[in-house]
Amino acid sequence: MKRVLTIAWQTIRKPSVHFSLGFLVLGGFIAGIIFWGGFNTALEVTNTEEFCISCHEMEANVYEELKPTIHFSNRSGVRATCPDCHVPHNWTDKIARKMQASKEVWGAIFGTINTREKFLAHRRRLAENEWRRLKANDSLECRNCHNFDYMDFSVQSSRASKMHSTSLASGEKTCIDCHKGIAHELPDMSNVEGWE
Amino acid sequence: MKKLITTLVLVVSAAVTYVQAESSNIATLRDNTALNEQKKTTAIPKVINSDIKQKRSYPMQPPIIPHTTRNYEVTLNSNKCMSCHSRQRTEESQAPMVSVTHYMDREGNFLAEISPRRYFCNQCHVNQFDTKPEVENTFVDMHTQTKQNAKAK
Repeated sequence: MKRVLTIAWQTIRKPSVHFSLGFLVLGGFIAGIIFWGGFNTALEVTNTEEFCISCHEMEANVYEELKPTIHFSNRSGVRATCPDCHVPHNWTDKIARKMQASKEVWGAIFGTINTREKFLAHRRRLAENEWRRLKANDSLECRNCHNFDYMDFSVQSSRASKMHSTSLASGEKTCIDCHKGIAHELPDMSNVEGWE
Repeated sequence: MKKLITTLVLVVSAAVTYVQAESSNIATLRDNTALNEQKKTTAIPKVINSDIKQKRSYPMQPPIIPHTTRNYEVTLNSNKCMSCHSRQRTEESQAPMVSVTHYMDREGNFLAEISPRRYFCNQCHVNQFDTKPEVENTFVDMHTQTKQNAKAK
């Protein structure tokens, strides 16, 4: 093992005998573009609704529940797809979330929620994961579209403007504190704050 | 025999004319649009979202919901209405509290939670659409009626 490592290290350290410096620099540059481009393309492929609902767990449960909601069909024709709410848009946060998602691949392979019954049994835990994430990042994924600074309270309903101009404005509450279950059905809500 | 046939023919033709005359008066969902035509659909009215309480037409009328309730879940798992209108939540939400009768079981005992028989809010409480009544309503509530009676005397 040590011998192999030593040989590898010596090979890397030695200057190239056959290839010119220009070839290595340019070749490395082009290979970098291809690899990075490929990585990013693959990452973006996993960041589509089509990819998400290619697993029946997602298509038969959460996607079906999304369909009647306002985030799927609405007056202005803007649709929030799975990654818009469930994957951070910032690169580092996105990579962190993608690494966490390897757990979901495990779940898909071993069928943790492969029936409706299993899914319902796990729903509270899964929902709590998302509530915790959104609470921790101040509902970042909501705010990617719903920017507080751009809100016009005068066109909101009186109840909405009252809540948004007080609790939300002061930072005491974040979107997810009140807007739970807006895109999917809710789990058993006993002992959830605000649902007593 | 001949007389009988004549009478029958007369009766049948009279019936046919009657039915034909009546059929144009019967309200159908298609509003008597010809079969080979597509009826023009009426616009779907919007839910009134004013948050302003409406007058009740009669004493026991379940109050109308003065706001939209799209996607409000009232299921075994959760009751979205109660997250504002329950006894514990009204201080924060400033929403009207559900009446105390909703906490009573059918024997009149008070429960800590909303009574199961009152759990499904939208069995009695509904939104109000911003639309004209389809049928004319001549209902007079009892306050107007008693006033009218007093005046008549």
